[in-house]
Amino acid sequence: MATPEYRVIGTRPIRPDGYGKVTGRDLYGPDVHVPGMLYAKVLRSPHPHARIRSIDASKALALPGVMAIVTGEDLPRIESSERISSGEESIEVRFMSALALAREKVFFKGQPVAAVAATSLSIAKEALGLIDVQYEPLPFVDDLLEAMKEEAPVIHGDLYTESLAGKGSRPSNIARHIQHVRGDVQKGMAEADVIVEREFRTQMVHQGYIEPTNSTAYYAPDGRVTIWTSTQGAWDIRSQVATILQIPEGDIKVVPMEIGGGFGGKFTAYLDPVVVLLSKKTGRPVKAVMTRSEVFQATGPGSDAYIRVKIGAKRDGQLVAAEAFLAYDAGAFPGSPVGSAAITGFSPYNIPNFKIDGYDVVTNRPRVKAYRAPGGTPIGFAVETVLDEIAERLEMDPVDLRLRNAVGPGDRMVNGVQFPSIGFRELLQKVKEHPHYSAPLEGQWVGRGFAAGFWMNGAGTSTVHLTFNTDGTVNLIEGSTDIGGTRATMAQIVAEELGLDMHEVRPRVGDTECVGFNDGTGGSRTTYSTGVAVWKACQAAIAEFKRRAARMLEADVDQIVYERGEFKVAGSSRSVNVRDVIKALDSTGGPFEATGVSGGLKMAPAFGASLVDLAVDPETGKVTILRWTQFQDVGKAIHPSYVEGQLQGGAVQGIGWGLFEEYVFREGHMQNPSFLDYRMPTALDLPMIDTCLIEVPASDGPYGVRGVGEASIVSPPAAIANAIYRAVGVRMTELPMTGERIWRAMSQSAQIHEAS
Amino acid sequence: MPGRMIVRAVINGEEREFLAEPRQTLLEVLREELLLTGTKEGCGNGNCGACTIIVDGRPANACLILAVQADGSTIETVEGLARGAELHPLQQAFLEEAALQCGICTPGFLMAAKALLDRNPDPTEAEVRHFLAGNLCRCTGYDKIVRAVLKAAAMMRREAGAPSEVSA
Repeated sequence: MATPEYRVIGTRPIRPDGYGKVTGRDLYGPDVHVPGMLYAKVLRSPHPHARIRSIDASKALALPGVMAIVTGEDLPRIESSERISSGEESIEVRFMSALALAREKVFFKGQPVAAVAATSLSIAKEALGLIDVQYEPLPFVDDLLEAMKEEAPVIHGDLYTESLAGKGSRPSNIARHIQHVRGDVQKGMAEADVIVEREFRTQMVHQGYIEPTNSTAYYAPDGRVTIWTSTQGAWDIRSQVATILQIPEGDIKVVPMEIGGGFGGKFTAYLDPVVVLLSKKTGRPVKAVMTRSEVFQATGPGSDAYIRVKIGAKRDGQLVAAEAFLAYDAGAFPGSPVGSAAITGFSPYNIPNFKIDGYDVVTNRPRVKAYRAPGGTPIGFAVETVLDEIAERLEMDPVDLRLRNAVGPGDRMVNGVQFPSIGFRELLQKVKEHPHYSAPLEGQWVGRGFAAGFWMNGAGTSTVHLTFNTDGTVNLIEGSTDIGGTRATMAQIVAEELGLDMHEVRPRVGDTECVGFNDGTGGSRTTYSTGVAVWKACQAAIAEFKRRAARMLEADVDQIVYERGEFKVAGSSRSVNVRDVIKALDSTGGPFEATGVSGGLKMAPAFGASLVDLAVDPETGKVTILRWTQFQDVGKAIHPSYVEGQLQGGAVQGIGWGLFEEYVFREGHMQNPSFLDYRMPTALDLPMIDTCLIEVPASDGPYGVRGVGEASIVSPPAAIANAIYRAVGVRMTELPMTGERIWRAMSQSAQIHEAS
Repeated sequence: MPGRMIVRAVINGEEREFLAEPRQTLLEVLREELLLTGTKEGCGNGNCGACTIIVDGRPANACLILAVQADGSTIETVEGLARGAELHPLQQAFLEEAALQCGICTPGFLMAAKALLDRNPDPTEAEVRHFLAGNLCRCTGYDKIVRAVLKAAAMMRREAGAPSEVSA
């Protein structure tokens, strides 16, 4: 329903791109067909760590239909430690290059070693088996804690620990040590009436987007490159390919196809440089699509983590001291999200004394990538579980404990940054008032759990253009990949500002040559930052339309007043509608287009919370979710259905992380690289996911909107763990909380009780 | 290259004749040869349901059928779901309920849901969840998909003139 002050904002129109999606007509990356196209497949390392002795591709090249083969030797050699952006994080260029094709050494099972282009997929697959690669297997370490030990095999001989103290003295698997300190932790702990300390282990998980990673490229004879791909960031792919292949950025056009999910995982040029090279060699367009097994083993999953958290509180619930030790798995090359994790856990609470140590650790596993609120879920699981235990010890309501310590505007995050407008306290209050919180919960082996979640959210830069049609309609050209309905959201802003109806606005996502620079769709930034760009473009259009209206109304521009689609001459009854101004553009001064650019925006952080009722089967430990409510401060919901969708989707990914999902490694090999064995939630595992939107306006941007994509994945595992405790009396500290793990914890707890 | 075989099938009401290698899946041929790319590939081994089509009235994963096995069968894909320019009630309900985010799983869900409603025009929420358990969606948490299927069922019952307890 529209709020009184808005006509379109807050309503639920059908998304403009929806028709192409429900009819199967929209083209996603793997749907690209270019005349004369070849198919590529990638040969991948069977070893978690090995030296490449030799590659003999002669037999494969002799197979009829094989057109070209490339290896790491075909890539420009990049030795510098220059870094490049890859969405929400950065990575050294040489490592980015090694994720496209390895050279000399492989660092994880699944790393690309060679690639084939052939006239059919079957021939490309067959050719892979004919490439003879000689490896010398090297000692490997596939476990985070093992990798941190002194005696662990050193994965990179040139990697030294970076910390505030400087660079380490000898090579190490610990790439970085970060620290945040406030006050005096020891003194703080001494003042505490209750101290809870627990250690936690979470496992590597995958974003699980349903559309596999893909890319199609054509390298034209004039050196101009076109890449059709599914990506969260077309400009990220452009700069990565340009850097890895040493091609000028202006020679590369990235055409963002419809994208089948990303969640942080589709910012990296895994296949793109490979198909560009193959196209250059063959002179033909080349397409590559990963299998699901390749997606699991060779793209970037979310980090696994080992965490220790110790929190002290006074009898009245005031938190006085907190300590955290975080080790996050980066996989084969440095760059785990331990930095954001270190900020996420304690920042929601005012704690006078804390010390947080974070370690970025390399292992012989796939190089991790961002996954929705990268790093936030493991630390959220740890902190929110410990807080639940403190509330229990203090016999305090768990929401009251949070309320007692919750940050507000002006308070500081652990890194010292001051919070702008935030709605954490309002959210907690709302949880207490929600019917779910006080609903009776009946039966045996059932429990209700609560946990809060926080995410900083990104902002970045976006560019949009508005162009106008002679029938009075508007084209909106944006560069932000639409993964979940943002075309609708952006069109709503145009319709609201220009006084048009939704169907009169035509949003489209442009390629890197038809619209200015855009950061990618990640970090919950699109509705916020691209929304600002759209709003600015609308204001630029309105300013010009005033001049055109003045001409049409034969008035002075200073006399023109704009209100909801009408340009009026002040103090008279003369007016002209925006549609007529648009129709008359040619005759009132010629064509016009408006541009909007966003940048330098204040942070618009998001707070969320999960409330869950569940039942535990005492015989098997299996959890059944009975009821779920996901809360979030969204600033302002422009299209409430898609905002709810973000909360529901994030909550269910959090449920999957909490209950089912994990990479299982044995000897450096992932044992479960399929959707059957890597178990994501199905419709059958879940009830309806209720949502509760709280609208505390953000400090910057139109309508007070905040990004909403990520915060909802932070709180679910802790909420589930807290509910399990209430149901069966065991504190779960390891993810995923499978039936087996819960059953074991229950059996152990029963033995302890019998013994005592 | 292995010899190719002639396959004849009725696809979305149209008689089609095409060549397929014995080792090619129906999914590969639909997408790469017939350019019916509405049927998506998410896993290639029957775990995700993104390639759900209807073969001789039954939902099936196109990735688990060899193209040559489809000889003589009647196939429905998402491209054939709408009647001309008029959307199928499931398509309309998916749009109205915002039951898709990225949309990659949508064709599979639509076809699986059609197969459900063809045999059970009045399913319960539990029946919908059970029938759609072979289709993975990573964006929505299924809430809005289940609502859309229930809504489409009600729309179709009304259209069929059946007495319905569900009000508009």
